[in-house]
Amino acid sequence: MQNVDFTLCEGEIHALMGENGAGKSTLIKVLTGVYEKDEGEIFLKGMDKAAVIRSPQDAQKLGISTVYQEITLCPNLSVAENMYIARGKGAGQNWKKMNADADKILKSLDIPAKATQQLSSCSIAIQQMVAIARAVDMDCKVLILDEPTSSLDEQEVQKLFGLMRDLKKRGVGIIFVTHFLDQVYEVSDKITVLRDGKLVGEYEIETLPRVKLVAKMLGKELNDMEEIRDDSLVYKEKDADEIVFEAKGLQSNAGIKPFDFYIKKGEVNGFTGLLGSGRSECVRAIFGADRVLHGEVKKNGKKIKISKPIDAMKNGIAYLPEDRKIDGIIGDLSVRENIILALQVLKGFFRPFTKAQAYKFADEYIKLLEIKTASADTPIKSLSGGNQQKVILARWLLMNPEYLILDEPTRGIDIGTKIEIQKLVLKLASEGMSVTFISSETDEMLRTCSRLVVMRDRKVVGELSGEDLTQNKIMSTIAGGDR
Amino acid sequence: MGNKKSSSGGISIGARIKGMSDTNLLLVITIIVFFVMYIGAMIFQGGSFLKPQAFLNILNQQAALIIVSCGLSLVMITGGIDISVGGVVALVSMSCAVYLDYLGGNIVVSILIALAIGLAFGLVQGYLVAYLEIQPFIVTLAGMFFARGMTTIVHTNPFNVANEKFVKLKDTRITIPFLGSKNVKGIYIPAYIEIGVIVALIIVILFFCLLRWTKLGRGFYAVGGNQYSALMLGINVKRTKFISHLLSGILAGIGGFVYFMHIGSGSPSHATGMEMDAIASSIIGGTMLTGGVGNIIGTFFGVLSLSTIQNIVALAGLDEPWWIGITRAAMLCLFLVVQSIIIANKNKD
Repeated sequence: MQNVDFTLCEGEIHALMGENGAGKSTLIKVLTGVYEKDEGEIFLKGMDKAAVIRSPQDAQKLGISTVYQEITLCPNLSVAENMYIARGKGAGQNWKKMNADADKILKSLDIPAKATQQLSSCSIAIQQMVAIARAVDMDCKVLILDEPTSSLDEQEVQKLFGLMRDLKKRGVGIIFVTHFLDQVYEVSDKITVLRDGKLVGEYEIETLPRVKLVAKMLGKELNDMEEIRDDSLVYKEKDADEIVFEAKGLQSNAGIKPFDFYIKKGEVNGFTGLLGSGRSECVRAIFGADRVLHGEVKKNGKKIKISKPIDAMKNGIAYLPEDRKIDGIIGDLSVRENIILALQVLKGFFRPFTKAQAYKFADEYIKLLEIKTASADTPIKSLSGGNQQKVILARWLLMNPEYLILDEPTRGIDIGTKIEIQKLVLKLASEGMSVTFISSETDEMLRTCSRLVVMRDRKVVGELSGEDLTQNKIMSTIAGGDR
Repeated sequence: MGNKKSSSGGISIGARIKGMSDTNLLLVITIIVFFVMYIGAMIFQGGSFLKPQAFLNILNQQAALIIVSCGLSLVMITGGIDISVGGVVALVSMSCAVYLDYLGGNIVVSILIALAIGLAFGLVQGYLVAYLEIQPFIVTLAGMFFARGMTTIVHTNPFNVANEKFVKLKDTRITIPFLGSKNVKGIYIPAYIEIGVIVALIIVILFFCLLRWTKLGRGFYAVGGNQYSALMLGINVKRTKFISHLLSGILAGIGGFVYFMHIGSGSPSHATGMEMDAIASSIIGGTMLTGGVGNIIGTFFGVLSLSTIQNIVALAGLDEPWWIGITRAAMLCLFLVVQSIIIANKNKD
């Protein structure tokens, strides 16, 4: 993060926006003393000198409190204890006074909880409010809410917003970090946009329509986004092509709204939307990686049931997960073992491949995808990110799937490999494979996909194809019209 | 919603259960089960259960276990485990026995030896667990092996202590008025407890207060509930864990001396499996292995329940060790199932 100015006024809700890696969390961590700043100064009201913040405790003393996305309270303690633990002087615990104080604050903030209630018996929203109440009671002047709404339902969000507006009236400055555009426009007064660790600008909410906000976050100006696509490889819709995979009213436990989806043979389509809009959750539901709650799934017109990833694999569906470090590679195994893993699972562990077979598969794909590795026996963790990604791709290609899902296959890899992967996707599609491609980079999606499903706030809000596939159109669909 | 002021009696039991914390709910279950069991034994088995001395004998026999279990509960509330305590108890008894018998030492110093051994184990294990972040199970497993090994090194064979002052201390009986009973010949025998029981009761009260009314005590619960959250709330997690192991070590030292006072001998096979009894007692007393929930009073009743069931089985004529083992296992199972059902129901909505 470099050279960012940020100003928060008393009694203001200030949204901090930016795509992943834009530097929001870094800014917050510097403000709260988790990271140390290299340069620059932080000033607070009523101080003539720059504030020194070296630890979260320093920040708290200066009245800067943070409430994190995941609740950082103890579920086994009472509400009052969570508000007062590790505070105050003396070694004793005065329950009567603590409960009375806690009830007073809860009442004044209109939080529907009792001081003596065990925290785990409160809903997540109330727990979040208790965390805020703790911050308020510590006399905080700056309250940082880091994605507070991501695990709340709509009613709970409204309750939280009520509390935020109340605090605003009391003169607390609130920094509100979220991915949800609707919520930003609902409560915020100002927006600061960051991108790639740099300040894009600070705007009054009235002067920045949604489309412009999305454009600022993605770093594209509205009009220079008409790019000419390389049409040579793009899928031309043929009505005759049969639908390979179809889902109706699919819903998983990851919090996405039910959605319909289909893909034809040889087609490349994609899910687009801001981070956190539910792109990955959709494909995870298709693959059975999250628990599917409702919905009907058809493969080649036949009804099938996918409740676990192995079911999807048996039906010829392959999924390259978003985070290769967590979901994809097994670092200490060799390239060869990583490649044959999925096929081995399908075949069953009690019928292993012979060494010769395994080497044949591995060598074939190392050559095909131009994986740069010393040998097939090199542990995968010693490869570069792009090559690791190719290994995982090889793993799924080896299965020879009919339908391949790629979730952010190009993240964190160099531009050359990115283009190679894009080309490969188009080539596979021209050979008849159906591919769903997800990327945060819109140009990449535009280059590869012939149809895009647009998502906002965990809902499918539109579908674009043909002429409509332009940056402008995507952005206005994400923003939900020019509001 | 819980409402403590239920003088009108209009609040159903279900609602009252919902208002209770997990810790208090489990405590209530433990106490109820103990009394049901004990009164049931008095009614159906009668015999010695009707004499107050039978109850006091449980205390006399289990004073050391009560003390050791308090320490274990403390560690378990913090989310850890300490399985070295049995070994420490054996080491303490053997060291004190050798010191008193062979070296002719005095009692005050032997108490100091017991405390020092417990303190040393607590310090080292606490440091390894809290500051070097090694799994408490592994650390205290090593501690257990070390303590058992050391016991044998101090002296190989079991022997009784003949030190006069010690024997006098060991045989000290504190009589309790009005609770005695007449024996077959009609001679009145007063009821009594041993010194160890007093020590155990003091420790139970002390540690109950520590956990309930001090910030340090609430810190144990916070760390056991969610370590990361506790850190973010400003609790010194490492120090809290360290102190929990330190206290458990010291209590194992004190428990060791009380055990020694009761049994009056040193042996490498003393207190075998005591750590498991202490864990079982804590669990029956409502301490959860996952941490964050538990109560010292519950642990006290846990120990009593465990020995009561043992006495019931013995009185029923099933005196073989395997029957005792099997009943204990059944009781532990029953408690765990009841606890998880009640907690699950309570937190359902």
